Amino acid sequence: MMPEIALNILDIAENSVRAEASLIEITVSAQLQEDTLTVVIADNGCGMTREEKESVLDPFYTTRTTRKVGLGVPFFKQAAESTGGSFRIDSEKGKGTAVTAVFGLSHIDRMPLGDISASVYTLIAFHEEIDFRYTYICGEKSFSLDTREMRAMLGEGISFSEPEVSAFIKEYLEENKRETDGGADFI
Amino acid sequence: MKSLEELHAIRKKMQGRVGVRAENENQIRVVVGMATCGIASGARPVLTALSDAVQEQNLSDKINVTQTGCIGLCQYEPIVEVIEPGREKVTYVKMTPEKALEVLRIHLIGGQVVAKYTLSAAQGNRTD
Repeated sequence: MMPEIALNILDIAENSVRAEASLIEITVSAQLQEDTLTVVIADNGCGMTREEKESVLDPFYTTRTTRKVGLGVPFFKQAAESTGGSFRIDSEKGKGTAVTAVFGLSHIDRMPLGDISASVYTLIAFHEEIDFRYTYICGEKSFSLDTREMRAMLGEGISFSEPEVSAFIKEYLEENKRETDGGADFI
Repeated sequence: MKSLEELHAIRKKMQGRVGVRAENENQIRVVVGMATCGIASGARPVLTALSDAVQEQNLSDKINVTQTGCIGLCQYEPIVEVIEPGREKVTYVKMTPEKALEVLRIHLIGGQVVAKYTLSAAQGNRTD
């Protein structure tokens, strides 16, 4: 198992990278009234057939040749379902895949969201060839980071790995998360 | 809320000193395994510790930190591979941010392999 939901998100989004997505959209939404924490990772990558879609839930299925197990999706599914939540994959060959996990926000077995800003930063900084749109919602408040907008502001030729830019991305993610959830400790 | 407008200022500040960072052939490649096995074992903080330190110490021209998938040694994750031109690849296993920074200081900057953290040391110590 993963110690935080943010690590599951990083892991599932890496599948989108391997699916050769050009856009990956990540949404995290905490809703106190509904007592839910919903995570959606959607991509426009190669997608899966119905058979492949069913196979990824099997821990003994993987497309890798380096090992015989594929635990990423089963981990995420189990983590959500063990909190009274739900899990689904929508995928179409050639169109893309969306993974949705709903957690019981106050459920005792729900692991913490963890360092979501670090996961999103890692994805953005190490996959500059891919666009990301990240949205964090808490109740009525929300903020987004869209790398397409960032690139438009920054112009050509400046890499996200320039120290000034990567420091900005980290601060943007952390500060805006804090302002969105008020530093809530229940997420 | 912080706004993306700040990127305009960064763009202005950087104008004139932006050169395409060539991936020159003398660069040391540092590769962190970031598949499920790596991530579950703590690879994310290892990757960020290395890339932050390389940026902070202005070593980006000499050292290129990237990530990869599963290399089939899941029980030894987090794994960091060091690929230097003209030298044999070194595989560091069971890394932590602290150990990774030691590797940066002693190996990547200092040129000495940190033998105690390598795969061969871990396999040599095996009791099974």
